[in-house]
Amino acid sequence: MGSFIAFWILATVIVGAALMVVLSRNIFRSALFLVLCFFTIAGIYVILSADFLAAAQVLIYVGAIGVLLIFGIMLSRDIRWGGETTRWRRPAFLIGGLLLAIIIVVIFSTAWPVGKDGPTEATTSALATQLFSLDEGFVLPFEISSLVLLAALIGAISLVRDK
Amino acid sequence: MHLGINHFLVLASILFCIGLYGVLVKRNAVAILMCIELMLNAVNILLVAFNHYTVAGAGMLTGQVFAIFVMTVAAAEVAVGLAIIIVAYRSRKTVDVDKIDLMKW
Repeated sequence: MGSFIAFWILATVIVGAALMVVLSRNIFRSALFLVLCFFTIAGIYVILSADFLAAAQVLIYVGAIGVLLIFGIMLSRDIRWGGETTRWRRPAFLIGGLLLAIIIVVIFSTAWPVGKDGPTEATTSALATQLFSLDEGFVLPFEISSLVLLAALIGAISLVRDK
Repeated sequence: MHLGINHFLVLASILFCIGLYGVLVKRNAVAILMCIELMLNAVNILLVAFNHYTVAGAGMLTGQVFAIFVMTVAAAEVAVGLAIIIVAYRSRKTVDVDKIDLMKW
């Protein structure tokens, strides 16, 4: 019951903030709404009992990506600009609405194999076990993702460096 | 009053379609990047919801592991994307994707 009410409040805030991101005329304001959206999505993770992911969402998305995007907006001069849209507004609306309708119809006509409810205890150590267990873990993807991060770091630095 | 999997699936698809609309419609490159982040977050909600509702054995958290990888790649993507946008802004003095058409014939 409590999580039901919490879900509806969070879902309303998420959809409203996402709409403001897309529709706002001021790009700085839409970045702030994006941060609000990220924060409420962390609440959705809490409802789904993914506590580590909720913390990671706040740290990575709200903390890092939000600040990075605001930096990007500040560095590309005119802050008040950015609400302009292409002339493909109506076709894009049509495509998005049509896709949403199709997806919702498919969701409600599929019998999802719903099992028992999810994990009820803290997931951090279980997540670590899943990630690093040697037989069916994700050690190699983990190492590769660290390589991806390193490559992105070097790439970003060498792109914006003054030559 | 029961919170089923359909609630989360519908929420994630709404978020995804809003992001898709933004990507198609926006002209500022940073705004397009923001809408891509919205779409990635929708996918993350889907992964966690499926992991919560339909996973087989207890202690299986594969969906959450996938969500962590999506977050990692999203962080890398935003860093490189912003670097590219800033370089384009330096040379073209604009972040309007309609005007950055150097590689268009």
